[in-house]
Amino acid sequence: MKRNPILDAWLVIALSAGFGSSLAAVQAALKPRIEANKLCDTLGQVPVLVTSATRAEKVVVGDRVYYRALDAAGVTVGWVVPASGQGFADKIELLIGLDATASTITGIYVLDQKETPGLGDNITTEAFRRRFLRKPADVPLSVRKDGAAAAHEIEAITGATISSESVVAIVNAALRQFAGQLRSGAIRPGGIP
Amino acid sequence: MSSDGPTPAERFLRGILPENPVLRQVLGICPTLAVTNTMEGAVTMTGAVLFVLTCANVLVSLIRPLLKPHLRILVFTLTIATFVTIADRLLAAFLYDMSRQLGPYIPLIIVNCIIIARCEICASKQPVRTALMDALGQSLGFGLALCALASVREILGFGTWFGKWLGWRVLPVGLSERVWAPWTVMILPPGAFIALALLLGAVNWATARARARKEA
Repeated sequence: MKRNPILDAWLVIALSAGFGSSLAAVQAALKPRIEANKLCDTLGQVPVLVTSATRAEKVVVGDRVYYRALDAAGVTVGWVVPASGQGFADKIELLIGLDATASTITGIYVLDQKETPGLGDNITTEAFRRRFLRKPADVPLSVRKDGAAAAHEIEAITGATISSESVVAIVNAALRQFAGQLRSGAIRPGGIP
Repeated sequence: MSSDGPTPAERFLRGILPENPVLRQVLGICPTLAVTNTMEGAVTMTGAVLFVLTCANVLVSLIRPLLKPHLRILVFTLTIATFVTIADRLLAAFLYDMSRQLGPYIPLIIVNCIIIARCEICASKQPVRTALMDALGQSLGFGLALCALASVREILGFGTWFGKWLGWRVLPVGLSERVWAPWTVMILPPGAFIALALLLGAVNWATARARARKEA
C-alpha cells in the first residue's frame, strides 16, 4: 500500500501551525518591552556615537526614526541614524553616529546581531567599528579584503566577508535615505539651535 | 515498556553526576566553552537550557503515541526551535544585557545535543513525570558543570564571582602584582579549554578511583 506523504506528516504540519501561532503571540506580547530596552540602549549610546552630545531628541519622518544629538546648550552636534538589514544569519541592527552636517561618520554601534560566533560576530568589536570612524557619509562605502586604501573603503573582517559587506550595505542604504530626508527639508538641518 | 528502567527519581539524580551531560556524556560543549567566562553567563545559559529542555521533554512525552519513527527527529527539532525562540525573546525582554552578551549562543541551543538526546533517549519513550524529572536532572547537571567552570574562570580571570550582578570580589583589588595578577587567559577561549580539560580529567580520575575501590 502506498502511503500518502501529506497524511503521514499531519503531526508535523499541525505542530508547525501551532508553534507558529504561539511564537507570533509571544513576539506580539514581548515586542513593546524589547523595543523599550533597545530605545534605552540607543539613548545611552548617543554620547558615545556623537562627540560632545549629552542628550538626544527623537525625529520621526514617515515610518523612520532618527535621533538629533544635542549638547548641553541645546545645539545640534550630530545625528544618530538607526539602521537594519539582512546579515549572514539574521537581521543586523545598527546605530550610526554622524556629525552635525551629516558628512562624516562619528561612530557605529551594533544593537542586535546573530552572526557566526568567532567570525561574523566580530562586527560588534571595537576594532571593526573603529574602521568606520571619520569615513565620509556622503559617498557610498565599499568593502576591501586587503586593507582599506581610499577614504571610502572599509577593511573586511577575515572569515566574515558577508557580515562585513552586510554592515557596509546597511550603512550605505540608511545614510542615502537620511541624506535624502535632509535635502528634501523633511528634517531640520543641524548647526542651528 | 515504561515500567522498566530507572524510576523518575533515579533519572533525576543520574542527570546530576553519574550521567552528567557535560562531564560524563561530553555533550553541549559549545555553550560550555563559550559562555563560562562569567557566572552570569553560566547561570543565564543554564536557565535557558532548563526552560527549553523541560518544555521540549514534556511536550514530546505528551505526543509520544503520535510520533512516527521516520519523522520523529523533525518533530523534536521543531519543538526545540520553538521553545528556544521563546527563551530568546524572553531574555531580550527581561534580561536585555545578558541577551546582548550571550548573542547567538541562545539561538544555538536549538542544535545543542543534550536536548535532542534527552528527547530521543527518554521523552519519546517515557511518561510525562519521568520525562520531566529527567529534564530537571540533566539541566541541573548541565548547570553544575557550567558553574564549576565559570567559577574557576571568573575568579582567576577577573578576581570576582557574580561580579556584574552582585559585585562580589573574591581576590582584593589592591593585591600586589607580585602576589597575584588576573589571569586574562582564563577569560579568553583558551582558558575555557584548559579549565574544561582539567575538570574532565578530575572527574575521570575520581570515577576511576571510586571504581577501583569498589572492586577491591
